[in-house]
Formats: sequence, structure tokens, C-alpha cells
Amino acid sequence: MSEHVLSSKLYYAIWIVLMVLTVVTAWVATIDLGPFNTVVALLIASSKALLVILFFMHVKYTSEKLTKMVIVSSIFWLLILLFLSLSDYGTRHLGHG
Amino acid sequence: MSNSPIAVEQHGPELRHHFSTVEQQRDSASLGMWLFLATEIMFFGGMFCAYLIYRLNYYNEFAAGSRSLNLKWGTINTIVLICSSLTVALSVRAAQMGKRKLVVILLILTLIFGLAFLGIKGIEWYDKYKEHHIPGASFNVDDLVREYPQIHIDQSHEQIYFSLYFAMTGLHALHMIIGVGIFSYLLFHAWKGRYTTTYYTPVEIGGLYWHFVDIVWIYLFPLLYLIDRKPLG
Amino acid sequence: MATAATIAEREHYLNKEYGIRSWLLTTDHKRIALLYLVSITFFFFIGGFFALLIRLELLTPAGDLVQADTYNKLFTMHGMVMIFFFLIPSIPAVLGNFLVPMMIGAKDLAFPRINLLSWYLYIISGIMMLHCIVTGGVDTGWTFYTPFSTAFANTKVIEAGLSIFVAGFSSILTGLNFVVTIHRMRAPGMTWSRLPLFIWAHYATSIIQLLGTPVLAVTLVLVVCERLLGLGIFDPNRGGDPLLFQHLFWFYSHPAVYIMILPSMGVVAEIVPCFSRKRIFGYHAVALSSIAIAVFGFLVWAHHMFVAGISLYSAMIFSILSYLVAVPSAIKVFNWTATMYKGSITFSTPMLYAFGFIGLFTMGGLTGLFLACLGIDVHVTDTYFVVAHFHYIMVGGAVMGYLGGMHFWWPKISGRLYPEWLGKFAALIVFLGFNLTFFPQFILGYLGMPRRYWQYPPEFQVLNVMSTAGSTILAVGYVLPMVYFLWSMRYGKIADENPWGAAGLEWKTASPPPTFNFEETPEVTWEAYNYDQIPAPAEVLVEQ
Repeated sequence: MSEHVLSSKLYYAIWIVLMVLTVVTAWVATIDLGPFNTVVALLIASSKALLVILFFMHVKYTSEKLTKMVIVSSIFWLLILLFLSLSDYGTRHLGHG
Repeated sequence: MSNSPIAVEQHGPELRHHFSTVEQQRDSASLGMWLFLATEIMFFGGMFCAYLIYRLNYYNEFAAGSRSLNLKWGTINTIVLICSSLTVALSVRAAQMGKRKLVVILLILTLIFGLAFLGIKGIEWYDKYKEHHIPGASFNVDDLVREYPQIHIDQSHEQIYFSLYFAMTGLHALHMIIGVGIFSYLLFHAWKGRYTTTYYTPVEIGGLYWHFVDIVWIYLFPLLYLIDRKPLG
Repeated sequence: MATAATIAEREHYLNKEYGIRSWLLTTDHKRIALLYLVSITFFFFIGGFFALLIRLELLTPAGDLVQADTYNKLFTMHGMVMIFFFLIPSIPAVLGNFLVPMMIGAKDLAFPRINLLSWYLYIISGIMMLHCIVTGGVDTGWTFYTPFSTAFANTKVIEAGLSIFVAGFSSILTGLNFVVTIHRMRAPGMTWSRLPLFIWAHYATSIIQLLGTPVLAVTLVLVVCERLLGLGIFDPNRGGDPLLFQHLFWFYSHPAVYIMILPSMGVVAEIVPCFSRKRIFGYHAVALSSIAIAVFGFLVWAHHMFVAGISLYSAMIFSILSYLVAVPSAIKVFNWTATMYKGSITFSTPMLYAFGFIGLFTMGGLTGLFLACLGIDVHVTDTYFVVAHFHYIMVGGAVMGYLGGMHFWWPKISGRLYPEWLGKFAALIVFLGFNLTFFPQFILGYLGMPRRYWQYPPEFQVLNVMSTAGSTILAVGYVLPMVYFLWSMRYGKIADENPWGAAGLEWKTASPPPTFNFEETPEVTWEAYNYDQIPAPAEVLVEQ
């Protein structure tokens, strides 16, 4: 992992952003955006996750490409599970089935 | 990187004999933890897959079930975990700088936040128990049927939502409990002065685990609590 | 020339320490490999015992040996034990554990204590499974399909499920150890392009173990929760979808078959060049094909569900993807064959097993393509055609590769040579017994005999009798190596460093190796499979 020490100010800043995003996501849920409620909620969650990964878990500052490969691969594998399963459920209504 | 004594001399007792250098040991530990977290992504992933399929098919029941969760407690718990991630990140930093007392304080704070999360989760589960929303013989959502006459609620579909709610928050809570165990271990050793500027790997990889558990909750919160919170007309 | 006396004087991993504690608390990857060898051999016999009972029942069309419920338990336990307690650990936990550090020039795996933990998790899961078996067993099929397993079966589903959950973690930790070891512990000069293909195969296998097994684990947790706590996820009566179980189950269980075959392919890739005295043809193609199998293997799982009720459109997608996954396997077969072309072939026991592998795996693989075809699959799914297909791959392929590897590396592991003529004889028995057992099953399946049925129409009897006869011959073939390996540990000829004249770092250290594998950390300056530089051994294979 990275050797150099990050400033504590950076951590506090990320913490504030995460808190704000939490409040925002709870508040936005009360506004009617139709189908976009889910999209916005997931986007906010993913932003929070990205901040934790890049800064709290130091991935932004590591020189190890392998770490990033492991993260990307595991997310990709999860998406394989989700999307290929959806390929069944999503097409069942199309006759035959 | 040979077996000659020269390579071996500049390290403490933490260097295990099968590694050539401290860097190799630390990089191995780090890679090992990241790979373990990859397995955890797939472990939770199976439940996220079940959630995805059922939410698409039983949207009304999922929305109603989601509204029955306590948004206040859920938001507070999310904030508690984010605070704990801060203290964890700061504790790794303090360990990096060799500040033993600071490490101990931050680890204690982390444990307090972790236990608070678990306590609040217990309160939420107890509320669900009182409302007869725990799947099983006494499961009953007549209250939701009454509360949302504008949608049709099938009790067995609603039970799926709550089954997933308990399975996912339960698995997450189990990981939190394990995290509390890990951090208690780290606290003990930090207090004994085991972690120095050249050896703080356990704190670092323990931190990675804790952040991962936080990230799982970052997704569970909107998926379970915020499905549909629009004010009813 | 090494003698028994010099072996006893020299310190190596077997004689460094004595006593049961030195074995049960060891962190030496070589000793852990032997702990696994004993354990998986034990479970192989348990699984084989169930197989023999199945074949005995199927000697006659009537259900006259056991009751129908008992028969269900027999094929269930045969499957569970063979898959989770024999095939999945076999090569990685025995040969992988022993050889991975040696082949890359390391002193041990990255996490030796986690390696020992893996073995203990395996033993705990094994004890749970044995307890499950003796207290009534499970009858759901190794596939645990819901809602039978969650709502209707009155057998020990929970215990079996939890046992496999624990075994899964053993598998995950082994995979994790291998990936970190291969990335971080290679000796100087051991670049990725110089790695033995055995290492590439285990790397790919480990990726599957890491990314697939957790999904099985969480699915089993959900099954246990449904059965124990009434959390209805897969039960239609409680709003659930049984097909969701099948999607989650097969997401792991299809890649699991690649966990079972890839290491065997790695073994063959070591044996063939050695006994052709030639560099492997197409090193990079074979290396990358292992990775390709690991990746593509995750995209095909629903071909187990073609008639279960998935949509026709997704069935077509999975069918096409299933054809694609055969391509990297075919690449390997072509490359091994090309390696042998104009090589100097020796028909040693390991090479006989490799030949057996290549032929039988090809047949199993091709019949897999038949099954990938939707039209054919509708006709032969859930018949003995499928049973024959997967046994050709898992027994004709994986087990042959395992036996070939055990013979190839036995001198390194034990410091002794097994009797070569007996090895060749046993290999022949295995090959004949195998084909007599399983080829008739292709015909039976095509003619329509269903699988998992304890009685069948009389017109199928002749082929069933042939199959049972074959299974007894196969059993003899499996017992023979056990006997002569044990015999050789006391009476076998002493092996020197490199009795086969093979390439690879493991052959540059003593047989058996010292505890830290090498007297000095090797520095690699040559390419893999440099058979142009290694002289063939003069006498080893000629006598005996």
C-alpha cells in the first residue's frame, strides 16, 4: 500500500462529503423523480463507495495496479451474475418463455 | 533476494521466514486482504442478485416494506458507520506515524461506533418483531395492507421482502460483529505497543475490512430503506 | 548415486521432525499436501463405495437392492462426496500445495498458517459430512434443488449444506493463497512467461475458487435459513422462485467443473513435454487458454437449466456462450498434440495417463457440445447421456490427470520410484475399466434411460450390466496405485533429483526436498520447458 501519509484534513473533508451525501440521498428519496429515484440513489451510493475506496482505503495513492484490477474484476463479476440472471427474468414475458 | 544474511538483517521479529523482505510480506498481506474482499463482494452479491430479481417482480410489496422501516434510525446508522470509517482511516494514519496513544483512542472510538450501530440495528429488529414483520409463523402484514389501500399487497411477496431484509442486514451485522472482534484484537495489540512506523500492517488490513463492511451498508441503506419514500398524495 | 543410507542422513521435509504434533501443527506446504493426500484418498473411497452400491442396484431393472429413498441418498452422497471432498481439493490441495512454491522458487506459500487452516476447515467439513451420512444422509441430489430441499425433504439437508459451506471456505482460502503466492513470491528471473503451465492452470483455478465459491456459500446460507427459519426465498408457496436457486447454485457449480479440470490440464501440460522431450507448442496460447476458461466458464451456467423454465431467449444466449467455452479447451488439446509431433515419445506411466486424459477429455468435451445444443439437450437432459458426459470429463479427464500427476511427481514427494511395470498395468486397467463403465452410459442415455432412477425398463439391462462390470475393473485399477505407492515408500528404488529428466525448478532440488525447498534461492535465466538443454534420463524408464 502507499507509504506517504495523507493529511488528516483530507480525511475530515471526505467525511463531511459522505455525511452530506447521506443526508441528500435520504432527502431526495422523498421527492418524486419517477423511475429516476432509484438511479439517483444508486449514483449517490456509488459516489460514497468510490470516496471510501479511493481515499479511506488509499486506492488513489497506491502504485499497485493489481489492487485496482482486483476491485474492478470483482465488481465486473458481480455484474455478470446480475445481468446474465436478468437476461432470463427480463425476457420471460416475451412469449414462449 | 538471496538467502544470505545481509537481506535478513534490517527487520524486526515480524518478518516471517518464508518472505525475503518486509515489503514482500506487507504487499502479500495487502493483496491477500483485497482478494478476500473480492470474495465478500461475491458473497453479498448473491443476496443482491436475489434482491434485484424480487424487487423487479414485487415492486409494490418492496415499496411498502421499505416504508415500514424507520428512516431516522437507518440514516443515523449510516452516519454512525461513516464516522467509524473516519476513525478507522485516522487510526491507520496514526499507526503509520507511530502515535500509539492516538491509535488506541481512535480504535476505541471505532469500537464505540461499531457497537452503537449494532445496538441501533437491534432496536430496529425489535420493532419489526413487535410489528409481526419477521418472516415465519407469526408473519402478518395486515397493517401494511390497511396502510396502503392504493396498491395490492400479496402477503407472501411481502414476506420475501422481509426475508431479504433480515438476511441482508443479518449477514451485514454478522460482519460487523466480526469487525468488532478484529478491532478489539487490534486495540489490544496497539495498546501493547506492537504497531510501529515500520510495522502496522494488521491495522491497515483490518481497516480495509472495516471500510468494506461500511460500503456494503452504503448500498443496503438506499436499497432497503429508500425504495419509495415519496409523500402520499 | 543416492542410497537409502544417504537419504536417511540428509535432512529433508519428511524426517526433519517426527511425531503427530509436527504433522498436525505443520505449516510446511509439503506436509500439508500430504495431510490432504491422506484425507482426500479417504473420501475418494467413501464416494467410490456409494458408486459401487449404485452400480450394484442398477445390475437389475427392478429396484431390489435398496429402497427408492435410499437410492436417492446413494446418488446424492456419491455426488457430494466426490465433488466437494475429492475432486475440488484433489490436485490443487495435494499437487498444487506441494509444487506451487517449488515451481516458482519460493520457500513456502504466502500464508502458511492459512494453508493449515484450509486443511482443518476441510477436515471439519468432512466430519460434518460423515456425521450427516451416518445419521441418515441427504436425498436431494448434490444439486439441492428447491423447494424439495427447503420445504419437503425430511433428510439432513441443513447439515449437508453447512458442511459444504465450510468446505467452500477451505477452497476459497487455498485459492487466495495461490494467487498471492504466484504474484508475490516468484524467484528472481521467474517472469510470468517462464512460469510452468501447471502454475498458470492453478492461477486460473484459484480465480474461479475466489469468485465463484462465495456465491454457493451464500446460496447454501439462504437454503438453510429457508429450511430452518422459514425465510421463504426459493419456495413458491412463500412467494419465492425455485429458478432463482438454480441460477445462484449453477453460477458457482458450473465454474466448479473448471476448478476440477483446469489443474488436471496443468498436469498434462507438464507431462507431455517431458515425455516428448520437446518444448510445449504454443506456450502463450496454452497459458492464456487457462485464463479464458476461467472467465468464459462464468458465462454459461444456465445451460444446466435449459428445460427448467428459463426464457427461450436467455437459453439461446447461454447456448452460444457454451459453444464458445469449448474453444480454449480445444486449443489446449491441439497444442498438446502438436507438442508430441516429432517428439521423442516415452510411454511411461504418467504419459499413459496423459494420453488417456487427452482422448477421454476430448470425448467428454465434444459430448458437452451436443448438450449445449438446445435441440439435443431437450432430448437427452436428465438422462444417462449427461451422466456419461460429465464422468468422461471428471473421471476420464480430471482423475486421470490426478493419477498421472501423482506418478510423475511421486519420486519428488517420496524420494522413491514406484514399480514402473505395475504403474503401466494399472493405467491400462483404469483405462479399460473406465470405458467399459461409462461408454455404455452414452448409449443408455441416448436410448432414453433417465438418471437418478432406481429402476429401469428391462431393455436397458445389458448395457447396465456392462457398466457395472466396468466399474469393478475400474475399482481394481484405483486400488493398485494405492498399494504400490505405499509399498514403494519402504521398498521402492531411491530416486535422485530428476529421474525423468524433466524441466522445472522442482526437479533442481533433492528428492524429497529440504523443508525450505532449495538450499539457495534459485535465479532463473532460462525459458520454461527447455528440453533442448536437458538430457533425457538414460536408464530410469528402461528397467523395471
